[in-house]
Amino acid sequence: MKTRELKDFDYKYGFYTSIEVDKFSKGLNEDTIRTLSEKKNEPLWLMYWRLDSFSLWKKMMEPKWGNVKLKQKQYQDISYYSAPIIKPLQDPSLEKTLKKLGLSLEEQKRINGIAIDVVMDSILVASTFKKTLAEKGIIFCSISDAIRNHPELVKKYLGKVINKNDNFYASLNSAVFSDGSFCYIPKETSCPMELSTYFRINEGGIGQFERTLVIADKGSYVSYLEGCTAPQRKENQLHAAVVELIALEGSEIKYSTVQNWFPGDKHGNGGVYNFVTKRGLCERQAKISWTQIETGSSITWKYPSCVLQGDNSIGEFYSVALTKNYQQADTGTKMIHIGKNTKSTIISKGISAGKSKNSYRGLVKVFSKATNAKNYSQCDSLLVGNECGAYTFPYIEARNSSAKIEHEATISKIEEDQIFYCNQRGIDFEKSVSLIINGFSREVLNKLPLEFAIEARKLLEISIDGSVG
Amino acid sequence: MLNIENLHVSIEEKLLLKGINLYINVGEVHAIMGPNGSGKSTLSAVIAGKKEYKITTGTIFFEGEKIIHLSPEERAHLGIFLSFQDPIEIPGVSVTNFIRTSVNSVRKARGLYDMPINDMLKSIRKKLEVFGMDKDFLYRSLNEGFSGGEKKRNEIFQMAMLNPKLSILDETDSGLDVDALRIVSKGINAFKSKKNAILIITHYYRILKYIVPDFVHVLFRGKMVKSGGKKLAIEIEKKGYSWIKQV
Repeated sequence: MKTRELKDFDYKYGFYTSIEVDKFSKGLNEDTIRTLSEKKNEPLWLMYWRLDSFSLWKKMMEPKWGNVKLKQKQYQDISYYSAPIIKPLQDPSLEKTLKKLGLSLEEQKRINGIAIDVVMDSILVASTFKKTLAEKGIIFCSISDAIRNHPELVKKYLGKVINKNDNFYASLNSAVFSDGSFCYIPKETSCPMELSTYFRINEGGIGQFERTLVIADKGSYVSYLEGCTAPQRKENQLHAAVVELIALEGSEIKYSTVQNWFPGDKHGNGGVYNFVTKRGLCERQAKISWTQIETGSSITWKYPSCVLQGDNSIGEFYSVALTKNYQQADTGTKMIHIGKNTKSTIISKGISAGKSKNSYRGLVKVFSKATNAKNYSQCDSLLVGNECGAYTFPYIEARNSSAKIEHEATISKIEEDQIFYCNQRGIDFEKSVSLIINGFSREVLNKLPLEFAIEARKLLEISIDGSVG
Repeated sequence: MLNIENLHVSIEEKLLLKGINLYINVGEVHAIMGPNGSGKSTLSAVIAGKKEYKITTGTIFFEGEKIIHLSPEERAHLGIFLSFQDPIEIPGVSVTNFIRTSVNSVRKARGLYDMPINDMLKSIRKKLEVFGMDKDFLYRSLNEGFSGGEKKRNEIFQMAMLNPKLSILDETDSGLDVDALRIVSKGINAFKSKKNAILIITHYYRILKYIVPDFVHVLFRGKMVKSGGKKLAIEIEKKGYSWIKQV
């Protein structure tokens, strides 16, 4: 495709809210962790757990296998805690921020019937619908509240799927996570509304380490959404989250993400380093379904995975990753088949534009006892322009001969003739590209809850602006 | 409506059109016939504004305005429509979504608001009926897995939705069986009015039996070698192109 001039790239969430904050000075050592834990009034076991994680982390190296280039991160040069000093929802500047993000909590309540938590920098600042949920016995709160009010649940499941020595970023998170979301759905309960957490990095020079734990008890169902944005900054911000899902026997968790962290400017300066560990555990006949729309971050490094431990359990991964300018994404999934008759589906759509690099990396592993395991993987890449790259790294390890594993991959380019066809019907170049991209991503977009799907479509349109050529 | 004057067009140094003159008035139906490789499709693509082609001499006027510097979408906004000989696939984009985007893009360029969704659906349903198309068709991905006939019907359906002033039908008859040709032609005839014009590009006489042209032109090796009324088309049907070549 020929180079064309397009309007400047515009990240509409790049504003910064001036709010008084309680922020740690830079650096990380055992004292930082003790102070953090004390500040949050945490039980001793958790402080020790954090310190353990920290000592494990110190012995680890940053992983180098990702198909990305990054600046050496100075872990002593960032602050590990920053909390807006506010009374939730009483601070007008916070309310304003939420409005700008399209998150007027009152309005959202009326229109969408979605329960929302908002995490700004390190702590949860707003939460809705608590009462309605409580009537059903559903717990939806910040992880800090959960540690205080439901310690037995947290202690039982925290770090169960993602061990504190799992990987460099997960261990760091285990040591320093400051807040995040917690959700528990009781037995045989279907959560009557979408649960949603909105993450926002506001302050500069901090790392955001949130921790999410979702537990679906036997036979329950929940659909959970998360959204993310950050202000436009010259330096790279670190975001190292951990999300653990526990799907007990016969339950189902649907986890959807729309990730739109600041991607850096069009010369590749700044942007969020998004190094996230997400994994779910499926017991017998349970199902976990990950859906992600990844359009932000200068580097994305995440592999939402499913451990299919129970017989007849199901894991799904639906992903659209769009990179432009100098963005780099190395994303995919791991489907670990341990139980019998386990099934997994992977649909990955990578869209690369500008000078970006977009990799799918996925592992399908079938253990020897997993008879009749089935996997279907489909990885499609769409190239926009001539200077971007698309890569696919599928790994398959099958130790049981009854396993059925299918992998399909395609790579395509937006063709001049497609653009001309759209143009001839009066559709301009940018709209044509976004139409083609939306069509390419349709299978995955269709998996999102309705309100989210509309937002995601818009996001794909915004994101491609000014990045083709 | 459309005036083409002494048009010379080349691609990669190769001269494809060598001085075309064509005048189409509002309310008229013209047909351009010619053997393979005579430049018929080049001419239609150039009128629509395809960028690969270079106009070396001559110009094109549409409703009195020079259009050769305009982008394809600007020409579409003016009311020029090209029914493609081989419409391209756009996977995952439904026919409904595409036509809605198209209609609203044209409206926006003309300073109109988006068409309300109910009016749009009503209009779509009406057109579907005219062209004998199934409702399922609307949810299918644009041209993906369409038979040749379905692709052509889809083009004409879009034409009816957009209501252009000038419609260029590039080999709309190819790939259509007799029944489909009859239905599509009926639709085109219903669409034809005193306020628009149609340019049919074809190898064969058969579509001209249904849509009767006011003028027939023969294009050969990049030149208009003969023009006449509908009788010329019948003559070509009988004798082929060879007799003209000798002229």
